[in-house]
Amino acid sequence: MNVHPVTKTILERLGLGLATLFVVSIIIFSAIEMLPGDFGQAILGQAATQETVAAFRRELGLDQPAYLRYLQWVGGALQGDLGTSFSGRNASGIDRSRAVVDLIAPRLWNTLFLAGLTAVIAVPIALALGVSTALFRNSVYDRTVNTATLTTISFPEFFVAYILILLLASLYPVFPSLANVDDSTPLAQRAFRTALPALTLTLVIVAHMMRMTRAAIINLLASPYIQMARLSGASQTEVIIKHALPNAWAPIATVIAFNLAYLVVGVVVVEVVFVYPGVGQLMVDAVTSRDIPVVQGCALIFAITYILLNLIADIIGIITNPRLLHPK
Amino acid sequence: MSSNSGKGDILLEIKNLEIEGFSDEKWHDIVKGVDLTLRCGEVMGLIGESGAGKSTLGLAAMGFTQPGCRIKAGQIKFDGVDLAKLSDAKKRSYWGTRMTYVAQSAAASFNPAHRLIVQTTASTIRSGSKSKEDAYRDARGLYETLNLPDPKNIGERYPHQVSGGQLQRVMTAMAMSPRPDLIIFDEPTTALDVTTQVEVLSAMREIVETFNTAAIYITHDLAVVAQMADFIKVLRYGKEVEEAPTRQMLATPKEAYTKSLWSVRSLEKEEQKGGNSLLSLKGIDASYGTAKVLHNVNIEVAKGTTVAVVGESGSGKSTTARVITGLLPQTAGSVEFDGKALPKSLSERTKEEKRRIQMIYQMADTAMNPRQTVGEIIGRPLEFYLGMRGAEKSRRILDLLEMIELNGDFMQRLPGELSGGQKQRICIARALAAEPDFIICDEVTSALDQIVQEGILKLLMRLQKELGLTYLFITHDISTVKAISDQVVVMNQGEVVEQGQKTDVFQPPHPEYTELLLSSVPEMDPDWLTNLNAARRAG
Amino acid sequence: MTQNPDTYSAAGEVGAVLEKRTFWTRLKLDLKKSPWSARFGMVIIFIYAMLAIFAPVFAPYGEAQVFPTPYAPWSSEFIFGTDQIGRDIFSRLIYGARNTVGIAVATTFLAFLIGGALGLIAAINRSYIDQALSRLVDVFMAIPSLIFALVLLSIFGSTVLNLIIIIAVLDSTRVFRLTRAVAINVVVMDYVEAARLRGEGLGWIMRKEILPNIMPPLIAEFGLRFCFVFLSIAALSFLGVGIQPPTADWGSMVRENASLIQFAQYDLKAGLTPLLPAAAIALLTVAVNFVVDWFLHKTSGLRDEQ
Repeated sequence: MNVHPVTKTILERLGLGLATLFVVSIIIFSAIEMLPGDFGQAILGQAATQETVAAFRRELGLDQPAYLRYLQWVGGALQGDLGTSFSGRNASGIDRSRAVVDLIAPRLWNTLFLAGLTAVIAVPIALALGVSTALFRNSVYDRTVNTATLTTISFPEFFVAYILILLLASLYPVFPSLANVDDSTPLAQRAFRTALPALTLTLVIVAHMMRMTRAAIINLLASPYIQMARLSGASQTEVIIKHALPNAWAPIATVIAFNLAYLVVGVVVVEVVFVYPGVGQLMVDAVTSRDIPVVQGCALIFAITYILLNLIADIIGIITNPRLLHPK
Repeated sequence: MSSNSGKGDILLEIKNLEIEGFSDEKWHDIVKGVDLTLRCGEVMGLIGESGAGKSTLGLAAMGFTQPGCRIKAGQIKFDGVDLAKLSDAKKRSYWGTRMTYVAQSAAASFNPAHRLIVQTTASTIRSGSKSKEDAYRDARGLYETLNLPDPKNIGERYPHQVSGGQLQRVMTAMAMSPRPDLIIFDEPTTALDVTTQVEVLSAMREIVETFNTAAIYITHDLAVVAQMADFIKVLRYGKEVEEAPTRQMLATPKEAYTKSLWSVRSLEKEEQKGGNSLLSLKGIDASYGTAKVLHNVNIEVAKGTTVAVVGESGSGKSTTARVITGLLPQTAGSVEFDGKALPKSLSERTKEEKRRIQMIYQMADTAMNPRQTVGEIIGRPLEFYLGMRGAEKSRRILDLLEMIELNGDFMQRLPGELSGGQKQRICIARALAAEPDFIICDEVTSALDQIVQEGILKLLMRLQKELGLTYLFITHDISTVKAISDQVVVMNQGEVVEQGQKTDVFQPPHPEYTELLLSSVPEMDPDWLTNLNAARRAG
Repeated sequence: MTQNPDTYSAAGEVGAVLEKRTFWTRLKLDLKKSPWSARFGMVIIFIYAMLAIFAPVFAPYGEAQVFPTPYAPWSSEFIFGTDQIGRDIFSRLIYGARNTVGIAVATTFLAFLIGGALGLIAAINRSYIDQALSRLVDVFMAIPSLIFALVLLSIFGSTVLNLIIIIAVLDSTRVFRLTRAVAINVVVMDYVEAARLRGEGLGWIMRKEILPNIMPPLIAEFGLRFCFVFLSIAALSFLGVGIQPPTADWGSMVRENASLIQFAQYDLKAGLTPLLPAAAIALLTVAVNFVVDWFLHKTSGLRDEQ
């Protein structure tokens, strides 16, 4: 069969992504395997009888072999069922626990809103800063931006967050310090309340992303073909647009994907600071109470996002690679 | 070629040019006051060894300096305008229109994202001197003049889709497309194999003659430049050594330095018959993964002689060395050393077997650990193979340093503190320290300047005489083969094409490939290329 | 300059002229030329190290000593006031240097031990071991490390030892990648091949031929990894799943005193209190980053363009 190299490489990459996801799902699934034997007692409380604990273990399917439970778990996840939370259960056997999906779903939308808002602000700023500092390398402007971003990436997210709260919520109350939103919050109001968390994330992301963009562009501009273009009389603009840009998509896509993936992680801390009802906060609460099904569900969602983003970056790199587009 | 020298108006006049570059936190002079005059339609050869400043000078002729360099003093008058004083924007109006550039590495100098014809015509179309259709048509014509295959369509290809030699010719077409007054050729054939070099050289010469374009041809190879240039300027350490018309320079060079540029060619070893066989390769096949790279290779090396293995890149000559050392176990055949079959892989060989076969590499830079002193580098084999320690070891290191014409002062130096020739000598000493019988020399002189090459070759020959060493000398350079070998093995695409005593191999009639290879090596004769092309057309 | 070929001598050949300098004179020269940011960074790192080592000397009170006045304001008695259960914040800040930084340093060392050793082995081996390790690392890196850490902590519980091991293992993946990448560049060098041809063992090749040549990037990476580990641990502690009370730790201190920030309008000092431990974290990471930046610039051999 004669498959175009681009298609072939993309299919390979997709296959690799699926394989990674498979292994990742096994790791996340095995979280429940590694729990100590008496965890049922711990969750249901000391007063729980042997029977209730046994019933609980049966409900989790712990009497079945691991591979069967894995298949059931994955099958459930594919149909949108991630099991039920450990919390809300008690010793008497009364079960007020909720489905993990019901816990995650509304919060996922909140988290995506926050991450999306940040990305919309941060990506253009970071790219503009990165490209301009690369072009005016070692100028005062470059040095200033560099030192500033080097400082910012050294700050823990919660430090940036609290400085912003101190300045923009406490001393000069412009924005609310707590980002309470729910389903009924209108969009404008939602954006207003999400301003501080989004701003925090933007500051952190822009710093990382700008530095990586700058490095990628400088690397590109050092290519011999760029010097050749200059020697054949191309102006600075022409060098950038015609010669650097067509080869810059892959590195830029990688930088963006890497930072959006980083955003996924940064969101956890920022959500906790601003008590923002997102998946990150849910996950931290679940870790504290050792509510494994919820932890698993959240981890799976974060991992899928992360793998997807990297996959997209790879695919952009593949479809803009002239060597693959125009095979010998 | 030389008929029109001295005619035409002055096109380029460089006066007292000084250029400096920034490194190690200091400014260093690279070009130290050079004058240069070039008339319309003339071709000047700029020749010199590494560090002579020839590339810097060539770029400066366009008013361009590499990042990290600057023009300190002097003027660069092109058609009456001093480029050194112009702004970048003004200089750009000359680049790609009236002056163009052909770089050494065509593969790296083409933008991978654009079609060849787009890049060939970009500056012509930008300047507005031709419409897109005209420029494309003209480019196809240039491709044809340059003997490129399928000139109608090759422009539709991307850089990675054509070979290195073709790419170099496309770059020449790109340089010629705007019909410039001046082309700078910066070592355009250095990265090519000799047989490809001839084709590219012929194509370039023809096109420069056709359009009567002035050119500066930069190279380190005098024989190459002799085919191209009307007159030659020799540079050394950023200064002019001498300048003369090509024929005069080859016939009667004024400076001793100029003469040393072809010093290796004057060496010639007296052929030895040699005694018993020390090493014999019998029916060797080898492969990298699934790709078979050696096919039934048989080579005999007699004790006390030098066997030169000659071939172009991809001929399998270095792979042969890897099989002998055990780095690449052969898939068939056997390596017999001193009458005994050697185990295939390195790990199965005894320390003694490893000791008796030593290797010297092409790049002395990467063959020595930059963090070890010369004493440690030479001392390790002494310690490892011969169990020497303390004062005995130091004495032996001193002996070895003297043997390679260096002295005890070098013991504490790091490789970074040595010159190229000294580094290669240390590598020779390291090989000698093991007291081997057989040394494989893999292109050991090809990264060195001519005069240094001569020194290394003489040293190797002296050591052979004194210590009765046997060499397998891998090289692509025919003059080196003549200088050092007793027997010659010609390889092509993983097979031995011909082997025998040196005089026999160099004596016609040759097998087809040997003929092609030998005839492609440029000679110190300005008419060589003309004669060769005439002969090849006739043949 | 005007060398005559007839009197050519190998010893007289001009090499790359490098003045011979000892390690210390070179260090002194480098320091003299270092930018202000690097010097600032080095001073800060030195101060932190001193505080961490001599914490009991500098701290006015004990790490977990409780006073009857919670949330006491800044005063001469309690320089930065007291926290929610009446512990002296200034003392806890100083002990925090010992705990937070100490744990981060230990974790980074462990990460380098694991990642560095495996990376070297993979680079030299280049066959099935390399394949297996590289794929494993790919999978590990397919999950964001903070998320992975949260999953593992929820299983094993938040003890200091668990924290160190989990973060070290997760972070060793990046050390592995870097070590492998730089080591591969060295492994392909002819001098390593020469050592193999000579018959040297794996240990010699690793110690004498490869390690000395990959130290500069590894040292720089150590600094960067430390920052990353330090920030990760601080984030986890801030989230309440890292270093647990009553250990004085900067991340947890931020969380415990976070509510004070609401009072900034009435008492700016009280509002600043939760920012102090956060600033302590930030200052050290900035310092380390400045030093690493200078070190990378110095050792990369990259010259500045114009």
